[in-house]
Parts: sequence; C-alpha cells; structure tokens
Amino acid sequence: MISTTDQRTMTILDLPGATPDDVAFPPWLATMRRAAATRFAELGLPARNDEEWRHTSLRSLQSTPLVPAGGTASSLDAGVVNAAALPGLTGPRLVFVDGVLSADLSSLDALPAGLTVLPLSEAAARHETLVREHFGVLADGAREAFTSLNTACLGEGTFVHVARGVDITEPILVLAIATGRAATATHPRLLLIAEESSRASVVEDYVSLGHVPHLTNIVTEIFVGANAHVQHAMAVRETDEAFNISTLKVRQERDSYFASHSALFGGALVRNQVNPVLVGTGGHSLLNGLYLPRGRQHHDSHMRVEHQAPNCESRQYYAGILQDHAHGVFSGRIVVSQIAQKTDAIQQNRNLLLSKDAQANTKPQLEIYADDVRCTHGATIGELDEEALFYLRSRCLSEEAARGLLVYAFAREGLERIELAPLRDALTNLLVEQLPYRGLLDSFVGDEAG
Amino acid sequence: MTAMLEIRNLHVSVEGQEILRGLDLTIKPGEVHSIMGPNGSGKSTLAQVLAGRDSYDITDGSVVFRGKDLLDMDPDERACEGVFLAFQYPVEIPGVKTTQFLKAAVNAIRAHHGEDELDAADLMGHFREKMKLVHIEPDLLRRSVNEGFSGGEKKRAEIFQMAVLDPALCILDETDSGLDIDALKIVADGVNSMRSPDRGFLVITHYQRLLNYIVPDFVHVLVDGRIVQSGGKELALQLEEKGYGWINAPVGAGA
Amino acid sequence: MADSTATLDAWAEQEYKWGFVTDIEADSAPPGLSEDIIRFISAKKDEPEWLLEWRLRAYRHWLTMSPPHWQFLPRGYGPIDYQSIIYYSAPKQKGDGPKSLAEVDPKLLETYEKLGIPLEEQMMLAGVAVDAVFDSVSVATTFKETLAEKGVIFCSFSEAVKEHPELVQKYLGTVVPYSDNYFATLNSAVFTDGSFVFVPKGVECPMELSTYFRINAMNTGQFERTLIVAEEGASVSYLEGCTAPMRDENQLHAAVVELIALDDAKIKYSTIQNWYPGDKDGTGGIYNFVTKRGKCIGKRSHISWTQVETGSAITWKYPSCILQGDDSIGEFYSVAMTNNRQQADTGTKMIHIGKNTRSYIVSKGISAGFAHNAYRGLVQVNRSAENARNYTQCDSLLMGDQCGAHTFPYIDVRNPTAHVEHEATTSKIGEDQIFYCTQRGITEENAVSMIVNGFCKEVLKELPMEFAVEADKLLSISLEGSVG
Repeated sequence: MISTTDQRTMTILDLPGATPDDVAFPPWLATMRRAAATRFAELGLPARNDEEWRHTSLRSLQSTPLVPAGGTASSLDAGVVNAAALPGLTGPRLVFVDGVLSADLSSLDALPAGLTVLPLSEAAARHETLVREHFGVLADGAREAFTSLNTACLGEGTFVHVARGVDITEPILVLAIATGRAATATHPRLLLIAEESSRASVVEDYVSLGHVPHLTNIVTEIFVGANAHVQHAMAVRETDEAFNISTLKVRQERDSYFASHSALFGGALVRNQVNPVLVGTGGHSLLNGLYLPRGRQHHDSHMRVEHQAPNCESRQYYAGILQDHAHGVFSGRIVVSQIAQKTDAIQQNRNLLLSKDAQANTKPQLEIYADDVRCTHGATIGELDEEALFYLRSRCLSEEAARGLLVYAFAREGLERIELAPLRDALTNLLVEQLPYRGLLDSFVGDEAG
Repeated sequence: MTAMLEIRNLHVSVEGQEILRGLDLTIKPGEVHSIMGPNGSGKSTLAQVLAGRDSYDITDGSVVFRGKDLLDMDPDERACEGVFLAFQYPVEIPGVKTTQFLKAAVNAIRAHHGEDELDAADLMGHFREKMKLVHIEPDLLRRSVNEGFSGGEKKRAEIFQMAVLDPALCILDETDSGLDIDALKIVADGVNSMRSPDRGFLVITHYQRLLNYIVPDFVHVLVDGRIVQSGGKELALQLEEKGYGWINAPVGAGA
Repeated sequence: MADSTATLDAWAEQEYKWGFVTDIEADSAPPGLSEDIIRFISAKKDEPEWLLEWRLRAYRHWLTMSPPHWQFLPRGYGPIDYQSIIYYSAPKQKGDGPKSLAEVDPKLLETYEKLGIPLEEQMMLAGVAVDAVFDSVSVATTFKETLAEKGVIFCSFSEAVKEHPELVQKYLGTVVPYSDNYFATLNSAVFTDGSFVFVPKGVECPMELSTYFRINAMNTGQFERTLIVAEEGASVSYLEGCTAPMRDENQLHAAVVELIALDDAKIKYSTIQNWYPGDKDGTGGIYNFVTKRGKCIGKRSHISWTQVETGSAITWKYPSCILQGDDSIGEFYSVAMTNNRQQADTGTKMIHIGKNTRSYIVSKGISAGFAHNAYRGLVQVNRSAENARNYTQCDSLLMGDQCGAHTFPYIDVRNPTAHVEHEATTSKIGEDQIFYCTQRGITEENAVSMIVNGFCKEVLKELPMEFAVEADKLLSISLEGSVG
C-alpha cells in the first residue's frame, strides 16, 4: 500500500518521470517505456486547435493534481468488489485496485484449454516473443499523447491469448476499481491475441467508488486472427470527478468478426476512441456505443474505421442521451483505401437532447478512395418525438411514463446488439438507473427480462 | 423460314467457372420458346450474354441474329438491331424520368435505322397507346426509371418498354418471379398482344405457371449449361408434375 | 466494364473550351501588395476616404494572419506568392469610359459573345440583365434603365460606391467583416469591382440578374466583391458565371459575396463556376478561394444558394446562411464535379439563431480521374433557436478508382427542440445502370451523361430556367464525343 507520506501531487505532464517501475518488466519493455516518456514530452497534451479535440478541452485535466499509481494493491473487501462488479459475469477475472493487480480478488483458476490469461509482466517473461511481436504494434503512440503516456507509465496489465480454433464462451472480465482514497492516475493496458478461427470475448469495466478526481488512461490492443470472432465491451461507470480516456486499437485479418460495445455511463470527462483496421478481405466490424452524460459530464466518442482490404463490412451505431448540462460529442470516420473495393460501411449517430442546457456535437465523416463501395452515414439530433408521446398518452400512459419509455426504447436499441446475454442484462439494469423517470420503467424492463 | 436467332455450341464462363457448356438453340420469327431449368443451370446467364453483358467470357461458339454476328456487337447496337431483354431485376436510375429515358431509347433506335427523331407529342401518343396494354398509370412515366416501383410495377414497366421499343426478339428473364396471379395475367396479356409472325420470344422461367398464360411453341430444359431436353408445351407440364429430377443429366455433366 | 471505363477516361480528358485569351491593352498596377498598391486601387476608383480606410484596416489585419490549413486537399497546393500577383488590371479605355454599350470596346463585346454572353440587349435572353466583369473592372451592365423604373439598383460595385455611397457604407462588411478569414480579409483590402444589387421594399425584381466574370490578364488575381440587399418583402434572383483563359500558372480568385435579406425578403443566388481547372496533369488553373455568406436578418426571410461547380484547380467555398430572423429559411444546393487533378473542399454553413428557422442542404459530389472532392458543412443550432430544423443530404458519385470522395459534416446543437438530420451516401456509377440503358439502345456515353444528370437533378432544378440549360450542357458537354 502506498503510504500517504510517499505521495507527491503533480500534474499529468509530470507522471512519466514519477511513476514507479515496480513491475518486473524485461529490459526491452523498460526501453519502450522510456522512449514513450520522451515521445509524450514532445507531444504534450492535445489542444482545442487540434481538429480531433475541437470539442473537448483538457484544461481541467491538466490542472488536476494527480498521484501516480504503483506499489502494492490497496486492500479492498471482497464483498465491496463483488457488489461493484457487473452481475452475472462468472468467467475468469482480473481485478485492479487503483491500478495495481490484486491477486486475491482475481480468479484465473481452471481456465479452459487453449485460453491463456496472465498479468502482462508474467506474459512478457513467459511468452516473450509473442508479447514482443504484438505489444505496442497497434498502439505505437507516435502521434497520440495518451497512448504514449500509457506506455510511459506502464504498470501491470492484462494479457489474453486464445489458441487457434479454440472457442471460449464465457467473457473474460477485467475490473478496474478506483477506490477514491487518492487522486490516482492509472494506465490500464490490455493485449488480446485471438488466433485463427478462435472465439473470445472480453469485458473491461471501470468503476469508481469515491468522489475524488482520478485519471484512467486505458490502452487496449486486439489482434483478431483470420476467421476469428472477438467481442470487446467496455463499461465506464465512474463518478463526476473522473477522467477516463480510452484507446482501443484492433487489427482484423481476413473473414474475422470484431464487435466493440461501449457503455459510457459516468465520468466527468470520458473520451472513448475505437480504431479497427480491416487488413484482410471479408472482415466485419461492429462499433456499438451508448453515452449517457448527466450533470456537467462530457462524453466524447471518436471512431475511426479503416478499410484496407476489399469486401469488408463495418457498422457504427452510436447513440447519446444528453441530460442536464451534459455535452455529448461524436466523431466517426470511415476511411476506405484504394484497394478496399466492395466495402460496405454504415455509420449512424443519434442524439436525444433532454434538456435545454445540454449540447450535442456530431461529425460523421467519410474519406473514400475506392470507387466501388457502398458507404452511408447519418446523424440525427433532436428531442423525443411528439407524435409518439401523444400516441402513448392516448393509450393511458402518463406523460412521465411515456417519456421514460421512449428514452428507454431509444437507448435499448444499442444494448440489443450485444450478443452476450449476461452483459446485456447487466447493462440494461444499469441503464435504467441512469434514466429519468426510472421508477416508472420497472414494469417494462421486467417484462423484457422475463 | 430462316432462323432469326441461331446459337451454336455456346460456351460461357465467369471467373474461370463454366456456366454454359455448349448450348444450341434456334428461334424462327413468330415462335415462342421457353427455357426452364433449376436454379444455377445458366438460364439468366444466357439472357445476359445475348443482351451483351460483358462480365462473361465467351470461350466458344457463335450467335447469329438476323444474319449478323451478335457477339460482335455492343449492347446498344444489339438493342438497336432489335434485341430486347426484360430484366429479372430492373435497375433503378434516380433522377432520370421514364419518359426522358424512353425518348432517348426510341430516338436512338430510330437514328440507327435512319429514321427521323419523334417529337414529344408523337412520343406521348405512342406511349399512351402502349400503356393500356399493361395497365400502366401515366403517373409512372413521370417518375424516375424504376425508382420506388413495386415489384409488379417494375415488371409491367419492362413489358411496357418492350411494347414501346417494338423489338424483333423479346427475351423475358424470369419476368414472372415474385408476381401474384393478377399481376402475372396482366404481364402475360401484354406479351400475348405482341405476338406476331415476325417477332420471336425467348421466355426464361423457373415456374411452369407462366406458361399457362404465355403458351410456348417449344420448351427446352436447361441443366448444367446444356439443353438436355426439348419438346412442346406439354413438356412444361411434365416438369411441373415431376420436377427436374426425372430428367437425367447427360453423362459427365456432374449432377 | 471496359467500354464504360473508356467513356469515363475520355470524359476526364475533355478539353476546356473557354480557354482563349483576348488581346487587349490593359491598364495594370505593378505586381505586389502594399499600402501603396491599395491607395493606387482606391485612387483609380476615385473612392471616398472611408473606403480607403476600411481597405487599409483590412490590409493591416491581413498582415497578422496566416493561411488556413484545415482543408482536405490530399495533394496540397503550391505556396501563393502574394507579391507576384497583379492586383489591378483593367482593359484600357479612352476618356471617361463608355457611356453606353455602343462605346464599349468591340473586342470586349466579342469576348463575351464568344463565351455565349452577348451583351447587346436585343440579342440577350429575354428577362436577364447582365453585369460583365473583365479582370478588375465591370465593362458593361445591361437593362439598367428597365430595372431603375422599378427602383432596383443593379450596377458595378465601383459605380455603387460613387452613386449610392450611403447604401454601400451601411451594408459593406456587415455579413463578412473585413477580419473574417485570410482570403476575405485580403479581398477587403484589394477588391477591385463586382456587382451591387439593391431591391427596395416590396419590389419583386422583374428579371434575372446576372454577372459574368472573366479573368483575362496574366498574373492577375481577381478579387471581386458582390453585395446584394433585399429590403422588406423584396425578392431577387441572381446568377454568376465565370471563365478564364488556359494558363500554366495558378491564378488566385478570392471573392466575397454578401447577401442581406430583411423581413419577408427572398434572395436566390446561383453560381455556374467554370474557371479554368488546369490541364490533365494538374498544371495551371484557378485557385477559387471564395467567401460567400448571406444573412437572413428579417423575419420569414429566405436565402437560397445554388451552385454548379465544374472548374478551378482548387475550390474552397462554403456559401452560408446566418438565420437570424425568426422563421427564416436557408437553402444550399450544390453540384461539384471534379476530374483530372482538381481538388474541391466545398459545402455550407447554416447558423440557426432565430426561432423556427429551417435549413435544407443538398450536395452532390462527382469525382473522376485523380480528383478529390470533399463536402464540408456545418449545421449549428444556437441555444436561442427554438424549433430549428435541418435536413442534409449529401451524395457522392465516384467515376474511376484513382479519385476520392469525402464527407465532413459538423453538427453542433445547443437546443433540445432542434431536429437535425444528415444523410450521406457514396457510390460508384452503376455498371448495372449503364447496361440497362445500353440494352434499351442508348449509347454508353449518353447513358453516363443521363445518369450523371439524374444524380444531380435535385440541384439542377433549383437553377433559374434560363441557366438550367447552360448547366445541363456544361455537365454533358464533358461527355460529348468521348466514345469512339
């Protein structure tokens, strides 16, 4: 446990120099860590004049004093952890408390054959070649400050490997809890390699327990082999003081399927970046997301789908429900390179503004260099449909119940795309807790669950 | 009477896979030929090849249409010479009105035959007469080509175009697919009204039902890219009753 | 299909038919930009002191600015040497200049006739008044008297400064301030001529107004400025056309257009832009960097932009509407066609401020050859804009596999009662469509032309009838004679 006397408060820019390297990484990784620190210093934090950050200011993050993660894991009662975890997910699990892996709270026993789940440091020692060939390849941080920062401050991470042809049905859970005991900066890292024709799913769940500012700066790299099927889900359930920046990089080989589900349910400033690259023909990519900022929260999702091979399909469906003074940002870009003929890409962003003080910015973009493609995108921003409200009220629903039901239906559409039933149900329950008029929704939700 | 269309030993493949494997067929003016066959037997390929679609490789054989080498012509030349294909899936052309489209087509064909262009008034008169044949509403002519048409409207519009362009050889590619019985009767009536001693028909269908309404002179069964049996209209009835299974595919045809 | 590729290649290799040069003696400023040059231009035009001051303020501000870099131009563009540009060039004239068309240099009349814009009134399309701008000056304006009877002012900008200074001073820079952006600021400093239109209260302008811009002289930039004011209940339809000779260097065209619509006024502004696009290797051509903006100040006012953009080496322009008056309407209809090595980054901005404001955007981009065509648009709904509505449709057509089509819409909404919808598609010209047409006897070349025109139909129908034919020709002329 970090003793309070050790704690130095500092800003985000000081973190690389101050984060302890107390995890036993091999020398090549230590070298990468140092190079990333240099790169981060060169890049600095992105400013508003950077087109990709035009609607998201990092000024408040920059002025927030932070404490580097590290040392031994904070103790946390197993009952607290289980209460915090998404219900119904019973597979292998790694639990990080304030950025430090807790062996006691994790369960990696009796893994099915062909599935490897290890702390990253252990994987780097035991499977050096494999890790070295993949780590930092997709998230090289050359141009992205937060990716560089993650590598520069690398602590313990998660390594998942699924062997060729192995079909893992239960999702692997990575639960990261910020206790709120200190203003910790953590840098979760996940490397997933799914070999040819394998199948796996992983859920990253970020929860904060206390009302203390903290930074969660996530980098996830996923390699989806030929004909493999990988689902990734991320839930951000942090409090109004939290900064959560995530970068998900995916490489898809031929005939592979990849789905990303993002549920942004809390956090003062949430930036969710998903970037699949389809390098083999016949791949399919689904990016599905829901953002529900409330109060003065700011949720920003940046999607970039790169079609680099012919005959691939991609689908982006993002929906935002904006309450109070919340600010929702969506930017999606479909990039179709010259050889990516017969690309079929769809991008949809829908926003529901529930308050006169809420704000939505959306930027669905197409960048196309191939001529035989079908790309469509669309965006809508608006309030609830008056016709539908009237219709429901004419069927005896109160105005509140009608509004609640329509909002629920709007959000539910995204969750229905999640194949993993326990995850879908858990997120649906969480969703209801976040919505206005939630008391009136129980009967509907109950019906659906039944 | 001399043949209007003579197909000899036609071999066609797509991406190295042979679809038609030595097909022979002769159509004389005034005759209605029907080609039937299971899915994937090459029926639609034949229609597309005759109309000049260039995504097929013609590896062997010849097609002579009214004494000329059909395979040597561009699609629009074939159309001007009198070959009409009623498409299985008529294509939508947004923003181009049906009248505008047909005006261009009629005048292209007239120019090909050294005739003067028709003016708008003459054309409209011509269109109105043909619209009655297939119960087409005038409103349809003002809409973009096939855009937002129902399945039945698309097929009727194809027959309407056929009547307007007055071709020598009418190829109907599964025009009956997806039509209910009322729509089918309208389409068949339109086709029957166009039967004449100097026009030939090639009716491609998967179902015998159409042939109750457009009664063919000859029925051919296409299996694996070859005509394996030919006969009169009664052959269609036998096929309906027994399916394609009873026709023994020729040795070496694979099935 | 092989043949349709040939059609498209031939289309991409079409020649520019407006590329001739008129041999006429010019009265030019020396190249370069300085306060002296600005004073020279102002003196040439005998301008009042306030206008010179305004120009100088703009120039001083411009010196503090740097060129924009956010455009999507994959091939970039060469640096512009502002000191090598000639900022003023006018065909030489004797004495005070022509009092009537009879006195206009016949060479100029001939030039416009060759461009298909005869300036003699009896030869013109009925119901269209023309202001002809040649390099830096307006050489003739037709039908002035007919318009004056209705109280409509239609004249060159220079003349407006002399004859109606109070109107110019009242409205100049109120929509596009001199400090607006790099190229608008440059224009404010050095603009030479352009058109001025004023339609008084309650008057429906009896004819189409049109300005025809022609760049002729070498090394010149064209910096015209157009100001259109429609008072309460007035309405006007205005069209501009433009061409330039074929030259190997890039010439800069940095215009500013300001539109002002008061209560219940309606302004329809159409552009057929056919500046020289450069040759097929991308040498030469016009840099068309234009700021166009309309302000719907009045309640229920209505501004509509229609553009058919086929020329220029590079086009950046975003004709915009500030929807300030309650119930005002903004519209933008655009066809942008790029081929060879042309690059276009064009679109619109709709700024909703008033209640119940509505905007409608239809953009059609066509790319061929090695061209890049980007739509960039902003729909902004401010907090005050209760019940704002926007619908955007944005379609791209690709012809060939070396070109690009890009779409960058920005949607910013701060009012929950807004309804904003954006739809976009990108597709290639369908082989199925071409085959279907040819199967009906239509040649491939005509089929492509027909499909392209069909694709653009929603925009072309917005053009005034007299010009719809011209635009149609412009789009299909490129396809003529291309199949052997």
